[in-house]
Amino acid sequence: MNVPENIFYTKDHEWARIDGKIAYVGITDYAAHSLGDITFVELPKIGETLKQAAYCATVESVKAASDVYAPLSGKVVAQNSWLVTNPELINQSAYEQGYFFSMEFSNEAEKAKLMDAASYRKYVEGLAK
Amino acid sequence: MSYIPHTPEDIKQMLSAIGAKSIDDLFKDIPPALRPKSFNLPASKSEFEVTRALRKLADKNAAGLVNFVGAGFYDHFIPAAVDALSGRSEFYTAYTPYQPECSQGWLQAIYEYQSIICELTGLDVSNASLYDGGTALFEAMMMALRHTGRNKIILDSGVNLIYRTMLYTYTSNLAIEFVEIPVEHGQSSREALLKYLDDKTAAVIFQNPNFFGAVDDHSDMVEQVHKFGALAIASVYPVSLGLLKTPGEMGFDIATGEGQSLGIPLSFGGPYLGFMAAKSQLVRQMPGRIVGATVDSEGRRGFVLTLQTREQHIRRERATSNICSNEALCALRAAIFISLLGGEGFKELSEHNYQKAEFAKERLSRINGVQVKRSSPTFNEFTVLLPGPADEVVHRMIGKGFACGFPLGRFYKGMDNYLLIAVTEKRTKEEIRSLADSLEAVI
Repeated sequence: MNVPENIFYTKDHEWARIDGKIAYVGITDYAAHSLGDITFVELPKIGETLKQAAYCATVESVKAASDVYAPLSGKVVAQNSWLVTNPELINQSAYEQGYFFSMEFSNEAEKAKLMDAASYRKYVEGLAK
Repeated sequence: MSYIPHTPEDIKQMLSAIGAKSIDDLFKDIPPALRPKSFNLPASKSEFEVTRALRKLADKNAAGLVNFVGAGFYDHFIPAAVDALSGRSEFYTAYTPYQPECSQGWLQAIYEYQSIICELTGLDVSNASLYDGGTALFEAMMMALRHTGRNKIILDSGVNLIYRTMLYTYTSNLAIEFVEIPVEHGQSSREALLKYLDDKTAAVIFQNPNFFGAVDDHSDMVEQVHKFGALAIASVYPVSLGLLKTPGEMGFDIATGEGQSLGIPLSFGGPYLGFMAAKSQLVRQMPGRIVGATVDSEGRRGFVLTLQTREQHIRRERATSNICSNEALCALRAAIFISLLGGEGFKELSEHNYQKAEFAKERLSRINGVQVKRSSPTFNEFTVLLPGPADEVVHRMIGKGFACGFPLGRFYKGMDNYLLIAVTEKRTKEEIRSLADSLEAVI
């Protein structure tokens, strides 16, 4: 299971990579593999205001359409438009080319509600039991 | 399947199995005050008595009139093969084709229906059908609201009042701003559209031909609509599409319509058929079922319900729409009807409708006191101005054996003297001449 260090994780299997005021957001490798082949994503619009743990995107696989929740509150600054034509990037590269969007997050304190790599790894191992 | 009622013994057994004392027991959660005191039902009657009572009611209908009424629903010929094929039990008794392994016949029929709708409208994707023309238009409007994230709808007043009323009723508890633009000399007002069009507009909705029968090329207006990032929606009369420019050719994003004219008999309350087609980028916003073609594990062609992840049984409250059925049997009739005609036959049907209406216009315009409105081209329906109230003329014409048209005053203020006349392929030259003679006699 691929769980890179230095990024934040949620219990709903989203991740956030923080770079100054900007957070890059995607779903974890574990989530992507559980969903199966991903066929479509619906991304939040640029400028849209997101709230931590609230719905922000949809990811559709051959099995189901699932909701994605914002790991942090803030404003969407850019979409990964590659995903529109190449949603399989999420399966192939969940943490790099398969990111969903970037956002300017508004509340530093919210980071405390997220997990680090070690905790997320433990959390997922717990789910498997 | 015969109707076999439960015997008192059956009922007793079922009640005791669930621990209820009586049938009334099953309703005890409803407060007595909310329960009806009585159903006010007459005493039971024999089969013969019921038949006689219903016959008496049916005889109140003015059956057998020569029909020149349209106003959204048209008297077209239905070949006997439509009934014979759609009535086959493989179709007639089948349930929802959720299991492709045992529903290939139905799935293929719907796939063919969808292909026909795409060809008719000139658009990329069709769904498996909706309840009727009005609900289809409502769903198209909801697609635009979701797609754009905006909440203003511009509605052409040439859209059938029944449909406009449905849009208002369905959305009465939603924060949607509606603006109606007027029809001038039969055509949608360009000036009014430009006045109200802005970057809050989700969609502009037109009807072609409009309720007055006028045909318009909306291409220029659709272009304006797109400049503001809004969607253009057309409600169309399918039979006209054998002759007229398609919604796709005009640049429309979504087309909907009433499919009754495609092999479905006129009947009060339906069942009718709503069709919908859209550009492919809107496919995930489409409501209801869509059948797709695929291959099985051995590479053989087959059909399945596709994009189901948008639907209620999977996405629950986040589903695209609460439509989770379609009008399958009526869609099948439409597919059979058009297949019987073929592409050329359908064009011919369209031309017959147009030519016969032109003949009627010419003949009626020779009557003193009748003015045929000619400010716009029309398809198979047109507006005439009478010297007095159209309602009264309609009543007098029933005595002459004609349902001569729809009095426009019922839907539009100040149009009491206007009559809307539809002429389908079923009307003979003789009937049209006789309509004109009778009209001349009663006005």
